Amino acid sequence: MKYDVAIIGAGVSGAAVARTLSRYNLKIALIDKEADVSFGTSKANSGIIHAGFHTGRKYLKSRLEIQGNLMFDELQRELGFPFRRCGVIVVAFEEEDLRHVQDLYRQGVDNGVIGIEICSRERILAVEPKLNPDVIGGLHAPNGGIIEPYRFVFSLVESARKNGVELHLNFRVKEAVRKSGYYEIIPERGQPVEAAYVINAAGIFADEISRIFRAESFKIIPRKGEEYLLDRMSPAFPNKVIFPVPSARSKGTLVIPTVEGTMMVGPTAVEIDDKEDTSTSSENLHMIFDFARRIVPSISQKDIITSFAGLRPALEGGDFYIDISEKAENFIQVAGIQSPGLTAAPAIGEYVKDLLKKLDCKLTEKKEYDPFIEKVIQMRDHTHFESDEIVRGNAVYGNIVCRCEKVSEGEIIEAVKRGHTTLDGVKFFTRTGMGRCQGGFCTYKAIRIIMRETGLTFDQVTKRGEGTEILKSHL
Amino acid sequence: MKEYFFDCAVIGGGAAGMAAALEVEKSGFRAVIVERENTLGGILLQCIHNGFGLHEFKEELSGPEYAGNFSEMIYASGVKVFLESTVMEIGEAQGKIHELYCYSAVYGVFTVKAKSVILAMGCRERNRGNIGIPGTRPAGIMTAGLAQRLVNIDGYIPGKEIVIVGSGDIGLIMARRMTWSGCKVHAVIEIQPYPSGITRNIVQCLEDFSIPLYLSHIVSSINGKDRIESVDVTPLRDGIADEEKTFRIGCDTLLLSVGLVPENELSRKAGIRLNPQGSGPFVDSYLMTSRDGIFACGNVLHVHDLVDFVTKESRTAGANAVKYLKSALSARQYKVVSGSNVRYVVPQKFNFEDVSQFYLRSMIVKNDAQIEVKINNHLIKSVKQNHVQPSEMISVSLKKEELAKVTSVNDPELEISII
Ligand SMILES: Cc1cc2nc3c(=O)[nH]c(=O)nc-3n(C[C@H](O)[C@H](O)[C@H](O)COP(=O)(O)OP(=O)(O)OC[C@H]3O[C@@H](n4cnc5c(N)ncnc54)[C@H](O)[C@@H]3O)c2cc1C
Ligand SMILES: Cc1cc2nc3c(=O)[nH]c(=O)nc-3n(C[C@H](O)[C@H](O)[C@H](O)COP(=O)(O)OP(=O)(O)OC[C@H]3O[C@@H](n4cnc5c(N)ncnc54)[C@H](O)[C@@H]3O)c2cc1C
Repeated sequence: MKYDVAIIGAGVSGAAVARTLSRYNLKIALIDKEADVSFGTSKANSGIIHAGFHTGRKYLKSRLEIQGNLMFDELQRELGFPFRRCGVIVVAFEEEDLRHVQDLYRQGVDNGVIGIEICSRERILAVEPKLNPDVIGGLHAPNGGIIEPYRFVFSLVESARKNGVELHLNFRVKEAVRKSGYYEIIPERGQPVEAAYVINAAGIFADEISRIFRAESFKIIPRKGEEYLLDRMSPAFPNKVIFPVPSARSKGTLVIPTVEGTMMVGPTAVEIDDKEDTSTSSENLHMIFDFARRIVPSISQKDIITSFAGLRPALEGGDFYIDISEKAENFIQVAGIQSPGLTAAPAIGEYVKDLLKKLDCKLTEKKEYDPFIEKVIQMRDHTHFESDEIVRGNAVYGNIVCRCEKVSEGEIIEAVKRGHTTLDGVKFFTRTGMGRCQGGFCTYKAIRIIMRETGLTFDQVTKRGEGTEILKSHL
Repeated sequence: MKEYFFDCAVIGGGAAGMAAALEVEKSGFRAVIVERENTLGGILLQCIHNGFGLHEFKEELSGPEYAGNFSEMIYASGVKVFLESTVMEIGEAQGKIHELYCYSAVYGVFTVKAKSVILAMGCRERNRGNIGIPGTRPAGIMTAGLAQRLVNIDGYIPGKEIVIVGSGDIGLIMARRMTWSGCKVHAVIEIQPYPSGITRNIVQCLEDFSIPLYLSHIVSSINGKDRIESVDVTPLRDGIADEEKTFRIGCDTLLLSVGLVPENELSRKAGIRLNPQGSGPFVDSYLMTSRDGIFACGNVLHVHDLVDFVTKESRTAGANAVKYLKSALSARQYKVVSGSNVRYVVPQKFNFEDVSQFYLRSMIVKNDAQIEVKINNHLIKSVKQNHVQPSEMISVSLKKEELAKVTSVNDPELEISII
C-alpha cells in the first residue's frame, strides 16, 4: 500500500497530526502497534488542558501549550468529546509559596493567559471551598480545563478516518527501508506500508523509531506517573484542578476533577528504565494520599476505585523535539512529548503541517473535508423523557449494561461498530466497567455483546489485544 | 412515558425481593418486582453448590433450586414481574406516591408509581482498587463473583493456575469450583489472622482439597505485562509487612474475594440516609428507611451469609409495608446502638410493641462469647455464643415480655455488646 504520509503512533500527537493533515489531498496512513488507538501514554494521564503559566515562552512546549489551549472550544464543537473549562488553581500554604505564585502569575501574564488572577485566602477558598482552610492564598486561571484524553484521541482519529486517513492497528514498526523517493515500512507481522513522508510520533518509543529510520540518535527517558481514581460519590470532589506550588521536576501531586464526575489524585514523577513498566506501588499510594489530604482534607483512600500509571516520554532538556530530521530524508520527529502534550496536541498538528510544507509536500485543501463527526448517544446525558424517545427509536438503548456509569447495550454496539473491539476499547469509549464496581457486574455482558457484534469466539475476546485474552477454555 | 400503578414496588428480584413481594401480595395488596436480569433469583442463580434452605425448606438445596422454589410461588401469585428492566432512579415522592424510573429494551422507559417501595438490590463485590493492590494491570484479574458467574452460568473458564485473594465465602467456594473444573488453585491469601468466610467453607472448599490458606499475608504485587504471571506474597508481622519474607507464586489468574458492599447508589441518590458502618440504609424497627414508605431488606440492607435469614428479614419488610399501607405502623421508635466489639446492628431503632429481631456482626474472634442486650444499662438479655467471628452474622431476638422489664425508663436506648 502506497501513501504520501505515514504517521507512526496513534496517541494524541499522531492523531492530531492525522486529523490536521486529513484536510488536504493526501493519502495518509496512521499506524500503531496496539489493538486500538490511544493505548499508550495518551490514555494514562491527568487529562488537564493546562492554562499556560507553568513554563516560559522560550520553550516550544510552552508556546504550543498556549496555542493548543485556545483551540479546544472549536474542536469540541466539531468532535463532541468531553471537555470543560473548569479552571485551575495553584495553592500556597507557606509564605515562600506565595513568591512562587507571583512568579507563575507574571509568567502567565507574559504568556497571555486569559483571566489569570492572584487570590487572597478568602478568594481562593471561595473559588474552591474543598481546600484545607490553612491555605494562605494562590493563583486562579479560569481558562484551564479537563478532558477525557482517550475520548479526545478517539474522536480525532474518527474525524481523520472520515476524511480518508487509513488506520493500521496491530502494526509494530520493525524495520524501514529507504527506496527511491519513499520508505518501505515493515511491521513485525503483516504487509509493509510505503510512504513518501514519515512522521515519528511513537511516544515512549520515538527513539527506537528514529533509530530504525537511521535518523537522529536520542534517548527517551520514561518518567512514570501514578494516579488514583476516586468514586464520584467522594465528598472531596473539587470545582477546580488544584496544583500545589510546583517543584523543579514536576507539577506536584494534584487534585483533579474529571469531566465525567469522578476525581483523581496524582501523579508521581519518577524516572525509570523499563519502557513497559506501568506498575503502581504502595509507597507511592501513601505518599500521594498524604500529600493530597494536606490540600483537600476530605480525600480518602476509601474512595479509590482504581489506579494506573502512565509514562511521560521525556527528553533531556525537558522540551518537545518537533523538527525535520537532518539525517533521514522526509522524516519529521515528534518526540519528547511529555506534559503538556495533551494540551499542545492540536497545535502540534498545525506545527507539523508547516514542517511538511517546508519539505515541499504539496498541501491542497480537500473540497469535501468535513470537520464534524456524528455524535454518539450516551444515556447518562439524557433526562428520562429524552431517554424514552431514544429507546422508542432503538430498543437496545433501554438495556442498561453498566449500572455504575449508566451505559446501555446500544452504546456498546456503537463502540464496536466504530472499531473498538477489545474490552478496554469498549470501556474507554463508553465507560462500561469504569465505575465503582470496575466491571464486576457488566464484564460478562460486554464480552457477550462484543462476541455477537464481531463474530469473535469467547477465547478471542481480549482486554487490550493479543496476549490479553480473558477466557481460556470452556467447561 | 408509560406508567404503572401498584401498592408496593420491589426493586430487585433476588431472594429478598421475592420474599417481600409475596408477603405483600398475600395480604391482598398489589405488588410488582422490577428486576434487571432476565430471570428471577439474583445471586442465588450462580451459587450452584448446596447449602441453601436448611431453615426455610428443611433440606439442603442449591442456589438455583432455592430461587426456583420462590419464583414458582411468585408466578403462581398475582405479583407482577418486569424482567430485563433496571430501576435508574427513585424520584421525589408526589404526595404519598413514590415514582421509580425504569429502563428496559423490552418495555421501553417507564415509571412505576407506588405507595410503598421495598429496596432489595443486593450487594456488589469490592475490587482491586478498593483494597489497593499495587503492581501491573494485566488480563486475568477478576472478582470471584464474576468468575463464578462466568463458570457456572456461561460455562467459561478464565484460567488454569489460580491464586485467590481474600477468604470470603465466594472465594472459598470458587477455590473448590475451579479445582473441580481441572484448574490448580495454588493459594488463598488473607490479610486478617482469621478467615473471613464461614468455617464450613474453609473445611469443605480448602482443607478437603489441600489448598493452602495463608492467614496474615497480603498480595504485595501483581506481576505480568499482558497476562498476569505471578503475585508476590508478603507475610505480616504485627500488622506490618515483613518484606524480607516475600515469596512469589506463579499464576495466570487472580480472583478477588475481598468483601461485599450493599449496592446503595439508588438509595443514596434518593436522599436515603446510609449507615457508614455497614453501608446499608439506616432503618427503624419496621425496616423503614429515612424516607417515609421506603423499606429495605436482604443484602442491600446488610450483607448476609445465609439466604434463609434474607428470606426471613424480607418477609418482615413485606409485612411492615402492608402495615404501612394500612396506616398501622404506629409504635414509637427508640435508638439502638452498637456496644463493645460490635461492628453494626440492624435495625438501628426498636419499639416496645413488637417482637424485635436484631442482626449484628462482631469485630472480634472469640470462643465462649456472651451477647448482652441492655437498655440504659439494665441488662435485659444475655445469650451465650460458642464462637463469634466477623464473618458470621449473629441474630438476637427479643420478646415483648423481655422488653417490658424496662418500659418505665426515660429516653430508652438499647445497646448490644459482645463480651
Ligand atoms: C501521568 C501523566 C500525566 C499527564 N498529564 C497531562 C495533563 O494533564 N495534560 C497534558 O497536557 N499532558 C499530560 N501528560 C502528557 C501527555 O499524556 C503526553 O504528552 C501525551 O499523551 C503524549 O502523546 P503521544 O501521542 O506523543 O504519545 P503516546 O500516547 O504514547 O503515543 C505513541 C504511540 O506510538 C505507538 N508506538 C510506539 N512504538 C511503535 C511502533 N514500533 N510501531 C507502531 N506504533 C508504535 C504506541 O503504541 C502509542 O500508541 C501526562 C502524562 C503522564 C504520564
Ligand atoms: C456468592 C455468594 C454465595 C453465597 N452462598 C450462600 C450459601 O452457600 N448458603 C446460603 O444460605 N447463603 C449464601 N449466600 C447468601 C445469600 O444467598 C444471599 O445473601 C442472598 O441470596 C441475597 O439475596 P438478595 O435478594 O438480597 O440479593 P441478590 O440475590 O443480589 O438480588 C438482588 C437483585 O436485585 C437486582 N437489582 C439490583 N439493582 C437493581 C435495579 N436498579 N433495578 C432492577 N433490579 C436490580 C439484581 O439484578 C438482583 O437480581 C451467598 C451469597 C453470595 C453473594
